[in-house]
Amino acid sequence: MPLPDKNGYFGVYGGRFVPETLMPALEELETAYYEVREDQSFINNLQYFLKNYAGRETPLHYAENLSKRLGGGKIYLKREDLNHTGSHKLNNALGQALLARRMGKKRLIAETGAGQHGVATATVAALLGIECEVYMGAEDIQRQALNVFRMELLGTKVIPVHTGSATLKDAINEAMRDWVTNVDNTYYLLGSVVGAHPYPMMVRDFQAVIGQEVKEQILAQEGRLPHHLIACVGGGSNSMGLFYPFLEDAGVKMWGAEAAGRGLSSREHAASLSAGRPGVMQGSYGYLMQDKDGQVEVAYSISAGLDHPAVGPEPSYLKDSGRASYLAISDEEALEAFRLLSRCEGIIPALESSHAVALAVQLAPQLPNDEIMVINISGRGDKDVQQVAAIMEQGGVINGH
Amino acid sequence: MGISRIADTFVANKQAGRKSLIVYISAGDPSLKATASLVKQLSAAGADIIELGVPFSDPVADGPVIQAASYRALAAGASLSKIIQMASALRKETQIPMVLMSYYNPLLRYGLANLAADMDKAGVDGLIVPDLPWEESQPLREALARYQLAGIPLIAPNTPVPRLIRIAASASGFIYCVSLTGVTGIRQNITTGIQEYMERVRAVSDLPIGVGFGIGSPEQASSMAPFCDGIIVGSAVVHTLYEEGEAAVIKLVKRLKQAI
Repeated sequence: MPLPDKNGYFGVYGGRFVPETLMPALEELETAYYEVREDQSFINNLQYFLKNYAGRETPLHYAENLSKRLGGGKIYLKREDLNHTGSHKLNNALGQALLARRMGKKRLIAETGAGQHGVATATVAALLGIECEVYMGAEDIQRQALNVFRMELLGTKVIPVHTGSATLKDAINEAMRDWVTNVDNTYYLLGSVVGAHPYPMMVRDFQAVIGQEVKEQILAQEGRLPHHLIACVGGGSNSMGLFYPFLEDAGVKMWGAEAAGRGLSSREHAASLSAGRPGVMQGSYGYLMQDKDGQVEVAYSISAGLDHPAVGPEPSYLKDSGRASYLAISDEEALEAFRLLSRCEGIIPALESSHAVALAVQLAPQLPNDEIMVINISGRGDKDVQQVAAIMEQGGVINGH
Repeated sequence: MGISRIADTFVANKQAGRKSLIVYISAGDPSLKATASLVKQLSAAGADIIELGVPFSDPVADGPVIQAASYRALAAGASLSKIIQMASALRKETQIPMVLMSYYNPLLRYGLANLAADMDKAGVDGLIVPDLPWEESQPLREALARYQLAGIPLIAPNTPVPRLIRIAASASGFIYCVSLTGVTGIRQNITTGIQEYMERVRAVSDLPIGVGFGIGSPEQASSMAPFCDGIIVGSAVVHTLYEEGEAAVIKLVKRLKQAI
């Protein structure tokens, strides 16, 4: 049976844990989404923009140098970094913005951490001529000044969030408060497979184009399915986009790379699957970093896009069912992978995607040479070069927030 | 006591021709000791039911005033278990109905069965959970029902009638009607058509109706009182306590009670 079920559950995970005011809005959204999912004119319209605006399909590149260097398996890179705006985030932003327009919503709101989802949302808002406001933690605004400028250039208002830890989780809280207040005319364009039903399903579906393309491309290039899929996991959107079309293919193993930050024992990490326990935050039940009283802990990662204490319900379900395996990758391992991919392949990956590359570095040497591995390069690293340069200048000492 | 202690309060006020005043405070802000003392003073000043707000790290249904109070309470060491212990001690000194208002995760972490048992032992009468809609609330409702504790649901102005009927059918204690679409916090104007809204709820339930969110002044309380059974005031009380201290809160509560 396809998941989620009609109540938005993936096994025990998911559901809808929101204020009553949002329940009618979520039901309206769910109904509208089920309609467009079957509507050929909507699908054609989305495909038009994915092809001619986003630049899809993105290439699947055989990373011969990296494969030889790691000495096990054939490694392919799915180049989501070549998507317009520089990451996979646009796939979902386009789908949801077209849905918002169809629903007659006059205003988009979104949250952003590193700024990638904020930029993608600001981009589609400009394209479709819809008013847009993006909530961003004050800490993240400091760390990601370039993306703030991009959003403003695109005509979006960036609203700083000073409450709590002033990072992504607080930006989501503030976006939810805005939505509760302006629920009549506003569409909340959530950026990951998190939150209340139908968001985890809908965002996954809009990102599934990644895995669908990989399937066609690898069959064309290799004539067989891959043995391993690897993606980084913050909320989980790029990993679900890659994994979902392969869930029924029993021979395909799936690996998610979480952020171990300064190490799981340091308490400074963002590894909710490896070190958290299930709980409810921001609309759904899933793995969550929390203390003994159920208070949500502040996450840390060198990568702002993975720096979040919760993960979506579907990755939570895939962990428990054993369908996917999740490993935690430290800041240092991610930084090494960042340099390795840059030098081996001439591709500078986002620090988020560098976690996936680092997992491949661990896995590849154990594999037979004929096994195929696909790594999702979810975004490009241009946004991170200043931060990494500063770290290298300090001789590899990694400073967070 | 649970449901019956709440029901008795609404009945007594109704018989006296008054509305009930439900006062929310952020438990543990500035300290649990101060909260315990405040509850007794509020009761003497005319509060009929006390909502003890349990602080949470991510209070999505709250505006800036209660958010800030939650963070102060957490920083001062408040937790669900300590709040229940405080209530247990208080119950020896006051018979005022006390309900907890908490986000769902701290309750889940405590364990729903343990929570209901401990609330019962402590003399806490009910529970309001702002991020737990009806569809997800069955496990909690069942746990509370074992001890005749009130599971008080929230209704919003945009709740469609079929939902309203489902929610009302499983409610106990009273029905908490959110006065506007928005988060907690004082508003100058509440534009919702309260009379029509209350009539809609009244048509599907015999339970007392409390109205809250946005109400800060005796004038606002007085204008809404004719259409409901109880007025809920939170942010105005929390704000006054923080800015002006206990004496000012007591004065505000007396004026609110007189107005309804």
